[in-house]
Amino acid sequence: MEDVIIGLEIHVQLNRLRSKMFCGCSTDYHNSEPNSHTCPVCLGLPGSLPVLNKKAVEFGIKVGLALNCTIEEETLFYRKNYYYPDLPKGFQISQYDFPLATRGHIMILGDDGVERDIRINRAHMEEDPGRLVHAGTIDRAKYTMVDYNRCGMPLLEVVTEPDLRSPKEARAFLDKLKSILEYLEVFDGSLEGSMRVDANISLKGGDRTEIKNISGFKGVEKALSYEITRQKNMQRRNIKVVQETRHFDEIRNITVSIRSKVGAHDYRYFPECDLVGLRIASWVPAIKAALPELPDAKRKRFVEQYNLSDDHAKSLTSEIKVANFYEAVAARAPPKLAAVWIADVLKGELNYRGRTIDGFSQEHMAGIVNMLAEGKITEDGAVQVIRDLLDGRGSSPDEIVKSKGLGKAEDDAVQKAVREAVAESADAVADYKAGSERALNFIVGVVMKKTRGKASPGEVHRLVKAEVEKI
Amino acid sequence: MLMELREQLLSGSAEDYLSKLFLKIERSSLNGFTSLARESALQQAREFDKNPGKGRLAGVPIAIKECISTKGIETNCSSNILRGYIPPYDAHVIQQLKAEGAIIMGKTNMDEFAMGSSTETSCFGPTRNPWDLDCVPGGSSGGSAAVVAGGEAPCALGSDTGGSVRCPASFCGIVGLKPTYGLVSRYGLIAYANSLEQIGPLTRTVEDTALLMEVIAGHDERDTTSAEGKRSYLPIKEGVSGLKIGIPREYFGEGVNKEVERAVWDAINTLEGLGATWKEVSLPHTKHALAAYYVIAMSEASSNLARFDGLRYGLRLGEDKDWHTTFSDIRAKGFGPEAKRRILLGTYALSAGYYGRYYLKALKVRTLIKEDFLRAFKDVDLLAGPTMPIPAFRIGERINDPLSLYLADVFTVPINLAGVPAISVPCGFAGHLPVGLQLIGRHFDEATVLQAAHTFEKATFFHEKMPEVI
Repeated sequence: MEDVIIGLEIHVQLNRLRSKMFCGCSTDYHNSEPNSHTCPVCLGLPGSLPVLNKKAVEFGIKVGLALNCTIEEETLFYRKNYYYPDLPKGFQISQYDFPLATRGHIMILGDDGVERDIRINRAHMEEDPGRLVHAGTIDRAKYTMVDYNRCGMPLLEVVTEPDLRSPKEARAFLDKLKSILEYLEVFDGSLEGSMRVDANISLKGGDRTEIKNISGFKGVEKALSYEITRQKNMQRRNIKVVQETRHFDEIRNITVSIRSKVGAHDYRYFPECDLVGLRIASWVPAIKAALPELPDAKRKRFVEQYNLSDDHAKSLTSEIKVANFYEAVAARAPPKLAAVWIADVLKGELNYRGRTIDGFSQEHMAGIVNMLAEGKITEDGAVQVIRDLLDGRGSSPDEIVKSKGLGKAEDDAVQKAVREAVAESADAVADYKAGSERALNFIVGVVMKKTRGKASPGEVHRLVKAEVEKI
Repeated sequence: MLMELREQLLSGSAEDYLSKLFLKIERSSLNGFTSLARESALQQAREFDKNPGKGRLAGVPIAIKECISTKGIETNCSSNILRGYIPPYDAHVIQQLKAEGAIIMGKTNMDEFAMGSSTETSCFGPTRNPWDLDCVPGGSSGGSAAVVAGGEAPCALGSDTGGSVRCPASFCGIVGLKPTYGLVSRYGLIAYANSLEQIGPLTRTVEDTALLMEVIAGHDERDTTSAEGKRSYLPIKEGVSGLKIGIPREYFGEGVNKEVERAVWDAINTLEGLGATWKEVSLPHTKHALAAYYVIAMSEASSNLARFDGLRYGLRLGEDKDWHTTFSDIRAKGFGPEAKRRILLGTYALSAGYYGRYYLKALKVRTLIKEDFLRAFKDVDLLAGPTMPIPAFRIGERINDPLSLYLADVFTVPINLAGVPAISVPCGFAGHLPVGLQLIGRHFDEATVLQAAHTFEKATFFHEKMPEVI
């Protein structure tokens, strides 16, 4: 594969804050009328002045530390000047020199299966502009409406070095970043537009293009894949890839040019004198001390403390909610078995249904794992219980086990049937011993008949095999 | 003055007083007011007459510069681009005034977006100087100064970015104070150059200025640059004995009108006679102040005025085209030539490749100028000099020569660059036109500035002189 060079700029809404970046307006605007969460400050009315939300800076420092960045002694805000209808002041309050955090790194699993550090260039704070609602697609809209509810939402822009080598790695980086942000309780990724990505991409030897404002991780992967194909084909046709800004059209799944380098902005950055420089060095120790355990550390601890495989530990720690769920279950049931059942079964069943772990009871999970550990239930039975609980068939594991006859008593009946069937099927046993794996199917059929189809064929097959092996 | 006015209002009628002012304004040829809040003001006056209340400014009418936001009253910076904009909120100073019972009587003319020293760049046409109707009142708070000097309002608020309160106070023969940067909240003041400007009073006496400062100064959490703490200015200490006054060498000599220089020296002699001592000091970077000031002010202005795109408020021109064309047309039509000049120059100064050469260099000069003042204030308590190098000039005389207009700000802009407080008090006449004495103090030492100005005023009669137009 040709060398692909990708760098990302990720705009993260620090949406776990209650108020906006420079005013007291609530950040909880997602279900509100357009332009109802506004005030003179976030509307940029003449004469209004920004007042910095200190908590937002605290959140920013938290993230900076979690990304292994250096936190600057003093941080400054700048004005980034440009005209756009979503920007009511004609400038965006952002950072330029002396950003909050610089030079960090986080680890991802590379396409080669090896974990490696992706360098972070900087993380700086800025205010979100309003939201444009186009009538149609961006390049063909007849008119556009503006909603300023989002205006002034606290954003953290995380800029990576061009260390990513494929759309998949870009996705892995974003997953990891999201995981860290949720661990820090500064970010809720379930809200629309909470994370928006600009991606810079080039093929070796070519100019880079920037794809702006992609929402959704799948979108990033798709946009990058499309852009690689486009640039590759340009090269094959001997057309020069020009440096430009492109937009990802989610409906058509292609990128379209919106601005060439010739028309590039000069943002005329200069210090925002309505805010004063902020000495943040002294804030750092307390914030650092209060940092929660982060995904990589938790994963390591799970391996050591619960004796888990690295894969299970990784699967359980990628989402803080899953990790917390697991630890709650592991406190009441055998940890290793709990890990298998949560990572391999429960997560799969949830994914399949597009559900999150919030809706599943920790107590139920612990109950299921304990029944498994005590041999009161078969593996197939346990899967059945999980599915029934998720689909609202039954109120508790006990109740489902009882009503469906998945319990130990039934289990004994199956065992009995297996023993009888093996004893009655000397020919088949002999065939099996002679090397015919298929001979077992005959015995399984006998058992199924004896149990009137109540037993699970997979489980029966396993039991029959074990019984025959004993002979 | 205001103290006596309050007594009068209590024994008489605020409604009568205000009605007479409105009548006078209607017949006036000053063009000082741009709009009157007749209904709400008279209503408030009637309420005062029924129940005067305890506010320190209860029943006192006040005129407000066009760039200070007043809820429900059009606030347009004397610019076409903001015509029709009615703020949904009051500036901090307006809230403070209202809380003390003051009556907002109307808005006053100014240079467009406070860009000028003559009030000629207003979209409402020039304001006239009550001492000579053919002359400018100074600027940019020319409307506020003219209506106070002309007896159309007992007091007013202006704003001072590079001399915009002191210049018109000097030209119109009244008192004007530019407070220490951070002393008065800028919340609601429509920004021209936000790192330089302060709201300040324009009054007939120093005591009135102190009274207004008591009301408008103080911490406001909505302005991050607003200083902590509450200071008191009344009663003003009288006497200047023991006070050491510095006379900056650079504030006299070439370019200073002889009669202005004489009037200012007379004032210094008067202060010496009252017990102060003086010595010559040097503010060596004064010659670079104008250049630095204009680079900084225009750079900030280019950004501050970017929000006026007609999308949410202000001027709109019939049919909309695409975004870029629409806002460009609105700005082309809405801004006057001086605002455009400053936006263009400021945009240029901040551009990639020029930022270091202009803006950063200007910031360095600003630091040097501030250090000039700090050094001088190690030896002296106050600095004294002319507010303006010239008396009021004729309307139209300099409007086509922006550079000569900019040069007239030579003694006022260093004060804004340094952030120190300065007052202009009437100290004599050049011909028939008033001359202002500028007294400059240490950061947050308005008390000493007011003390010297008040003592000087008590010993002289200049503030009692009224222009004949009245």
